[in-house]
Amino acid sequence: MTDLLSKFDGLIAERQALLDSGVSDPFAIVMSEVKSPTEAVINGKDTILVGTYNYMGMTFDPDVIAAGEDALRRFGAGTTGSRVLNGTYQGHKEVEEALRDFYGTEHAMVFSTGYQANLGMVATLAGRGDYVVLDADSHASIYDGCAMGNADIIRFRHNSVEDLSKRLGRLPPEANKLVVLEGVYSMLGDIAPLKEMVAAAKAHPNVMILVDEAHGMGFFGAHGRGVYEAAGVEADVDFVVGTFSKSVGTVGGFCVSNHPKFEILRLVCRPYTFTASLPPAVVACAATSIRKLMHSDAKRERLWENTRHLHGGLTQAGFTLATATPESAIIAVLMPDQQTTAMMWSALIELGVYVNMARPPATPTGIYLLRCSICAEHTAAQIDAIIDRFKKAAAATDCQLKAA
Amino acid sequence: MSDPTPDRAAIFARLAELIAPLNKKEIAIAEDTNFANDLELDSLTVMDLVANIEDEWDIVIPLNLLPELETVGQVADAVARMTDK
Repeated sequence: MTDLLSKFDGLIAERQALLDSGVSDPFAIVMSEVKSPTEAVINGKDTILVGTYNYMGMTFDPDVIAAGEDALRRFGAGTTGSRVLNGTYQGHKEVEEALRDFYGTEHAMVFSTGYQANLGMVATLAGRGDYVVLDADSHASIYDGCAMGNADIIRFRHNSVEDLSKRLGRLPPEANKLVVLEGVYSMLGDIAPLKEMVAAAKAHPNVMILVDEAHGMGFFGAHGRGVYEAAGVEADVDFVVGTFSKSVGTVGGFCVSNHPKFEILRLVCRPYTFTASLPPAVVACAATSIRKLMHSDAKRERLWENTRHLHGGLTQAGFTLATATPESAIIAVLMPDQQTTAMMWSALIELGVYVNMARPPATPTGIYLLRCSICAEHTAAQIDAIIDRFKKAAAATDCQLKAA
Repeated sequence: MSDPTPDRAAIFARLAELIAPLNKKEIAIAEDTNFANDLELDSLTVMDLVANIEDEWDIVIPLNLLPELETVGQVADAVARMTDK
């Protein structure tokens, strides 16, 4: 029988073949207990988490928990409404104020997820006759924002300043263009050369720039604003999109800007307008966490130290990593093919280590990887254990390593 | 406007060369060869190919046009149209 779901038969067969080879399903794990930002119980076993986006370990911060509990009791479990109708509470205003303080901007707009923030900003800013110019490795939410809008979509080769400039040069000078960049690219953990890219983009007429700092917030730049702050291009970036579901430690998305007409977006940005706002407990947790991230120098230091530790250890063990040096808090271990990736992932989960398995189309063509994301709260002993278990998993699965 | 036919033939020939490295099953490239069904190219590979085509003829092929460009012949037509300005 064929029906609407028949188009997925190929994927169903590929998945079944993988599972039949005896590996456990990397896309169906359940955490029955979460003990800390770095430890959970998976399949009844204590597991070190090195595949979360909990970079700053804020999920169990006592002040964050207390703020959430208080808001839950005082304002209830949910708002049951849109931000523009009955869904804006005091807490939503407070978290936007916290964002304005954190980023030093005039405006901040909070969405229900980071995905919706990109979806809404890209689809709404660029309309018919405009152009969106995006990096080939952009996150799905950026591609989906392009698909939702009516602009013409131009894609440039990943992190190539020359390719960006060449493609902008082919567009009509009078047309409005939105260049979309990311500070950290989440699959390979590489960072964008934002100083050069922003300069190249602004050399063309009628260009505005949006930078997604989802994976850079909290530990890049003097104020932890992201890679764009570290690159010194704050004055030339028109919109910054971010999320509460990584360093902030809860869920939600946002855009901050100094554009004088920014506030009108609340009425025309459909993924903002036509969905329920975040629950009071979530915005209270986020506001508290953001304010604490302003003064988290010690945590930033530990996060970078842990990142260097893991990158160095895995390199020395003979693994091939996506970046020669630790550029961000993401360390991607390159694998030769899907089967080896799945077997390594399976061996690691048996050994009590959870990492992300990633494959195309989430990754660029032909790239399979085991992605580690590091937390400021990982102990040195945990990092050593992760390195040791990677070696054991490689030995158990015949994964080829380079000679040290 | 001059007769576009010779240019169109040259465009098709060059397109076939650009596609060759992706043609894993080494099928014959014809006007109606379909990128998804015949060449079995995934969406990422198609987008990388589009970048090469844009650079070859110094043209702009927005990604939102791709649903209308299913066959090699349709891409050759689009390139001929865009270079004939």
